[in-house]
Amino acid sequence: MKGRAISYLILCGFAVIMIYPFLWAISTSFKPLYEAFSPNLVPKNPTLENYRVLFSRTLFPRWIWNSLIVAVGTVASVLLFCSLVGYTLAKLRFPGKPLVFALIMSTLFVPTQMLVIPWYQMAVRYGWLDTHWGIIFPGLIPAFGVFLMRQAFSVLPNDLIDAARIDGLNEFGIFLRVALPLVRPALATLGILTFVGNWSAFVWPLIVSQRKAMYTLPVGIALFSGEAGSKWNLIAAASVLGTVPMLVIFVLFQRLIIRGAVMSGLK
Amino acid sequence: MKRKSLIVFLLVSFVALYGLSKVTITYWQYFYETRVNAIDLLIKEFEKENPDIDVVQETFPYEAFQQRVAAAIPAGKGPEVITLYYGWLPTWKRAGYVKPLPFTPDEAAFVPLIQVAKMEGKYWGLPTAVRSLALIYNKDMFDEAGVPAAPTTWEEFVEIGQKLTIKRGPMIIRAGFGIAPQGQDHHLVREVLIRQFGGQPYSDDYCQVMYDSPEGAAALKFYTDLQLKYEIGDVDFVANYRDGFIAGDIGMIIDGSFAIGTILKGAQFKVGFAELPVLEPGGTKANFASFWMHALTPRAYESEEKLEAAVKFLKFITSERAMRLWLEVVGELPARLTLIEDPELAQDPIYGPFIRALPYSYATRFYDEIAQRRIMLDAIDRVLKEGMDPADSLKIAAAEEQKILDEYCVSK
Amino acid sequence: MKKLPLGLSQREALWAYAFLALPLAFFLFIRIWPALQAFQISFYQWHADPSQRQFIGLANYWRMFHDPRFLQALRNTLFYTLLGVPAEVTFALAIALLLNSVGKRFRALFRAIYFAPYVTPPVAVAWTWFMLLNPHRGVVNRVLVALGLPPQPFLSDPATALPTVTAVVVWQFLGFHVLIFLAGLQNIPQMYYEAAQIDGAHGWRLFRYITLPLLKPMIAVSVLMATAGPSIGFLQLFTHVINLTWQNPGGPLGSTLTVLLYMYERAFGAFEMGYGAAIVVFLFFILALISLIEFKVLGRKVEYR
Repeated sequence: MKGRAISYLILCGFAVIMIYPFLWAISTSFKPLYEAFSPNLVPKNPTLENYRVLFSRTLFPRWIWNSLIVAVGTVASVLLFCSLVGYTLAKLRFPGKPLVFALIMSTLFVPTQMLVIPWYQMAVRYGWLDTHWGIIFPGLIPAFGVFLMRQAFSVLPNDLIDAARIDGLNEFGIFLRVALPLVRPALATLGILTFVGNWSAFVWPLIVSQRKAMYTLPVGIALFSGEAGSKWNLIAAASVLGTVPMLVIFVLFQRLIIRGAVMSGLK
Repeated sequence: MKRKSLIVFLLVSFVALYGLSKVTITYWQYFYETRVNAIDLLIKEFEKENPDIDVVQETFPYEAFQQRVAAAIPAGKGPEVITLYYGWLPTWKRAGYVKPLPFTPDEAAFVPLIQVAKMEGKYWGLPTAVRSLALIYNKDMFDEAGVPAAPTTWEEFVEIGQKLTIKRGPMIIRAGFGIAPQGQDHHLVREVLIRQFGGQPYSDDYCQVMYDSPEGAAALKFYTDLQLKYEIGDVDFVANYRDGFIAGDIGMIIDGSFAIGTILKGAQFKVGFAELPVLEPGGTKANFASFWMHALTPRAYESEEKLEAAVKFLKFITSERAMRLWLEVVGELPARLTLIEDPELAQDPIYGPFIRALPYSYATRFYDEIAQRRIMLDAIDRVLKEGMDPADSLKIAAAEEQKILDEYCVSK
Repeated sequence: MKKLPLGLSQREALWAYAFLALPLAFFLFIRIWPALQAFQISFYQWHADPSQRQFIGLANYWRMFHDPRFLQALRNTLFYTLLGVPAEVTFALAIALLLNSVGKRFRALFRAIYFAPYVTPPVAVAWTWFMLLNPHRGVVNRVLVALGLPPQPFLSDPATALPTVTAVVVWQFLGFHVLIFLAGLQNIPQMYYEAAQIDGAHGWRLFRYITLPLLKPMIAVSVLMATAGPSIGFLQLFTHVINLTWQNPGGPLGSTLTVLLYMYERAFGAFEMGYGAAIVVFLFFILALISLIEFKVLGRKVEYR
């Protein structure tokens, strides 16, 4: 009991540091520009103007929509392919496995900043500029996801899979019905992290989208910064609203993590 | 290749026969609302006069403008006409992102500082607007402290700065001056203070660093003393000097004319503008001026028609008419002498100080702008953060910068 | 599919290749081929027109090792990694364990709070920390002074800027790692604990002999990502350094400059794409080497009985 009280104390203590900047962003989103630089957390002259500007004078809803399509599309691909490849690497035996693994992992070490030029050429060649697909394609199967899923599957006892084989399930069936449900927490984690990562991606979406109607949210937000300064209050308002979908996804997938835990606990 | 020229030939004869085909050219600049609006207006007028040319404007966030360009042009995409900061010209030129103008502009009609856009005897672009530096101050704060007018000498400047500064122990609560090397102050040291102290930052062709001189050291010492000795500000007082000024935490800043709009829109107090102070009454005046210029990319050279259209458009947006509109819509200083010599403009309480500075302004000929900027920042930081002697710090900077200049000047 | 005269292991291999076919095509075409192009570019003097790119052999690499700013960036980056990775991983593990021990009622709330920095807009992160750590007006220094301690320069001094940036980065990415550890903890079948408790194991022993070994695969993920992960690994640190020092990217006297930041400055600020590519190739080998070592240490198979 005493241990638990200390746990709470520590967690609460750090919690303040964790969310303070977020609170500050919310506060700034209700401030006029000239007040955006003052450190006070409660706005002195609170206003809804920033949100009004966002919806009346920018393509904000469109940017949110684009970000949503991009993030959801990527998450779908990532969940399917990363788990499939991760499973294959963790549990199936086949010649050339170390090579395949090394090849995939090596892509983790190439900074994307350098890949944008060949990707752009690819997008031009195949007509992917200014499309959602164009924004999505480089991130369809991240090596990180493959690695995470491989690690998650590696903990599963091999007997489980062998037993399923004896039961006559084919390999895809084993993956889908036996192995996948057991790594639900990892899958949910991957979903959250992928969503957040793509939701806030900046460099590539910026390069591949030409029309402002195709911008994702972070690219759109960058329009509020210029040579002579930034409209911090608008940036804050857009960012705060932009965080909502991430929190929703977080809460939804979190449930899966916990439910998954209950299931594996029942085993 | 043959087939391509055949197609071009067919197209050309088609155009000649029917005379209704249109050329489309694309123009790129970074996104800034008033600038985008101004170009839109200009395009409308231009298209009215040239019904056979279509101009499309595309804009991108400022912070990633160069990266966007870096990716697009090698892929054969991108604009025919593009705007770039004049300091980027040498690096853009070397990497083949811009081509020289196929005509010789009337140099005498423009402010002399556009000569930095000339390399290897050719012009590589022309500006619509130029910018210079001025002292910008919080009038309300001046009134409150009983300061009647803007300083004209640096001595007065320091005095006023000290009056405006409020401190608690070693910590600043309100700063008299928004000392900001990373803002415009590295230009201030390089082109203004060093010259005012009797030195010269570079040789006239900008191939030789000359600021590691006693005059240079005196200039840097004076600048760093603003923080170290006179204590009228601190580099780390606010995140951004301009934001701090707008928020009312800073009394005076030195800023470029491109920031006028942002400052006037944001500030909740009366803002004053004045020419930069000098060392003593009647002393040397100097200022730093710069510009964004419109240039042609390799895409403009893809066909005769495109080139002709692109040149027409470029000439149009750098015409007197366009500059008038630009001043009105964007609020930036025109680049043509006829407009600058307008006495009414020179007396304008806002634009005046900037306009009056243009005749004695210098545009640093950068070769590797990003590296050269960094070298001057480091020179200042070594004094401010590490307590190095200004002369020693400039010596290090000079050695570093000379290497860059050598590479470009020799290869030129 | 008709029954083929295949052995069990051959059939398993066929399935594996079938699973891998599409993903491998993706990796080869979208990730590896462009990377090889970057490799090629590193031997050239960059030009927008491919026909005018000049082959200059190893000149870009030679330049790299004689470029004091690159060497400074490299030193900084290694220092970041040495300082940041252990801090990030152990801190995250501790918090994950704490979160796992709190009651159901608050668990979701605390998790959301600890995940918050990871989704906080970068602008807010930079601005708030800048405010909090400001040498003149920051709350942190006010507290220090009130306690009779000397105010600290934090981000503004070349000597303290790098550790300060590291601390903020750890703060921001904590949520990422906590999540991975939570997934790992949930993945451990309860039966192991139950069996151990029947054997009389408690507290520390449970952690040492069950949790830690079974969490090892996720520790490997966490360590590898903290070191080398795209955009979140310390060796690939980029966005967050820019955000924190956006007035002067790379900090006072280059004290917070990273390899990627310098690469970006050269490649996209000065259009020296060939030089940038050379830096990327070099960074690739550093990343691969360090990751390989980590993987060898952490990747050993855990045996289950």
